[in-house]
Amino acid sequence: MSVWRRWSVAEIRESLRKKEITAQELAAEFFRRIEQRNPELNAFLQLSPERALAQARRVDQMAARGEDLPALAGVPVAVKDVISTRGVRTTCGSKILEDYVPAYDATAVERLEAAGAVILGKTNCDEFAMGSSNENSAFGPVRNPVAPGRVPGGSSGGSAAAVAAGLAVAALGTDTGGSIRQPGAFCGVAAMMPSYGRVSRYGLIAFASSLDRIGPLAARVEDVAAVLGAIEGRDPRDATSQDRPPGDYRAAPDVKGMRIGVPEEYFGQGMDGEVRARVEEAIRQMEALGCRRVALRMPHTEYAIATYYLVATAEASSNLARFDGVRFGLRVAAPSLSAMYRKTRGRGFGPEVKRRIMLGTYALSAGYYDAYYLKAQKVRALIARDFSRAFEQVDLLVTPTTPTPAFRLGERTADPLAMYLADVYTVTGSLAGVPGISVPCGNTAAGWPVGLQIFGPPFEEARVLQLARAYQNRRGDA
Amino acid sequence: MTIRREDVLRVAELAHLELEEAELETYRIHLDEILAYIGKLNALDTSDVEPMALGFDARGGKAAAGARSQLREDVVRPAEISEAVLENAPEARPPYFVVPKVIER
Repeated sequence: MSVWRRWSVAEIRESLRKKEITAQELAAEFFRRIEQRNPELNAFLQLSPERALAQARRVDQMAARGEDLPALAGVPVAVKDVISTRGVRTTCGSKILEDYVPAYDATAVERLEAAGAVILGKTNCDEFAMGSSNENSAFGPVRNPVAPGRVPGGSSGGSAAAVAAGLAVAALGTDTGGSIRQPGAFCGVAAMMPSYGRVSRYGLIAFASSLDRIGPLAARVEDVAAVLGAIEGRDPRDATSQDRPPGDYRAAPDVKGMRIGVPEEYFGQGMDGEVRARVEEAIRQMEALGCRRVALRMPHTEYAIATYYLVATAEASSNLARFDGVRFGLRVAAPSLSAMYRKTRGRGFGPEVKRRIMLGTYALSAGYYDAYYLKAQKVRALIARDFSRAFEQVDLLVTPTTPTPAFRLGERTADPLAMYLADVYTVTGSLAGVPGISVPCGNTAAGWPVGLQIFGPPFEEARVLQLARAYQNRRGDA
Repeated sequence: MTIRREDVLRVAELAHLELEEAELETYRIHLDEILAYIGKLNALDTSDVEPMALGFDARGGKAAAGARSQLREDVVRPAEISEAVLENAPEARPPYFVVPKVIER
């Protein structure tokens, strides 16, 4: 294994089957890469070599016995640090959980390992997944491996950077308002937010429960599909997970005759000219594949950021009440219980998390509930209606993932509203519950990646992946 | 509407957050700006709209039909992880968590 190569899920499987490599050698190779690159990138917060090597040994034993290998056999995977891993420190990028070691695995983690994946470690992220640049991690920002000096996006910035730098073949991220797709776009990898209810949230440390989703990132769309296939499905431990037939994610990517909607509102003010040009080129490529372009309107798009920051912060203020210094994490000593709560939370949470708890608490407080939280839930329904109406006319929607390419480290940290607006094209789908993917669609002249976003109707991941794969193959790189 | 220092103090009290003096002013300004931005929602008439509380859209098309929360059977199953759970506690006296005195006399 002396030559650096990217490795795909299919290549690993084939090489294991032919006994050209072992899963243990492959895991060791990825740990070497991490050792080399992580000091600079800060993509991983902790590694789990013992667990990884034990799992790799199991896979190698299966291969030695000539057994059928599971879907992700030997695939080195990174897991965002808001997802619980038994015995492996899980910090959520927060000082308040600096030493927390979960007593159980998230369902998605359990299913990854059941499918043969080798979990390398936990990836850096904005604290409690709140941020769009990874600069809100208590353990320092992640560097963008393909755009030096720029942010990797957030909040799943460590997962996106690890995949982009070839430190993992695939990664799990979480997406509440764009946190999988936006870093995917900034780092030039494929990144999917599945439908709400497609993947169990059991073991995901909650930020906003009606929005949070776990999903995969990988260099290629096929590998995103393979990971989704392994982690999806009903789980009795998450009441919102749905019992749906698994999608056929391997169907031939035939997109002839597909109607693709291009909503005017996603190409407006604030959009970078080069991003527009790359996305327009991508749409022309899709037309060349036989898709029919349909112009349409989604009139409530401009209200999505305001709606999102009420719904998400209200839910966060409630979810994060559990960090009180009693059962886990940091405790700042004080003579009374209430002083202990206040001091622990005041010191344990970083500035953005406190800001969102404050906003959410305000929006839920007496006299403001109807004006803010209830109002936001109603506008959310209108945004979802924009989607369901669009899907009466078209099969899929195609938009840019972000208005601009990756911005510079430090560029937006002083202005929370400017940071929030980085999610303007992604939060809509989060609120509506639909699946969405970001796929690379080329670079700007300076070399910064640009992401193309595809939305589908709820539980139509297969269709989203079909177009993503057809487009990726047509573009013919990666 | 303008957020005042008293509003920030009241919200911090509700949220059990001890804030430094400098934070109070920063959050006052940020809350003010963000709430002013959020005010744009008032331009929409939502009197006939049902609120959407979960991530499922009932009108989301064929494939979305029937999406809902499903509770599992209420069956007691021992987890047997109390030791590992208590190991995470800042202070524990198994099988209890230890906290500062709650009731003052």
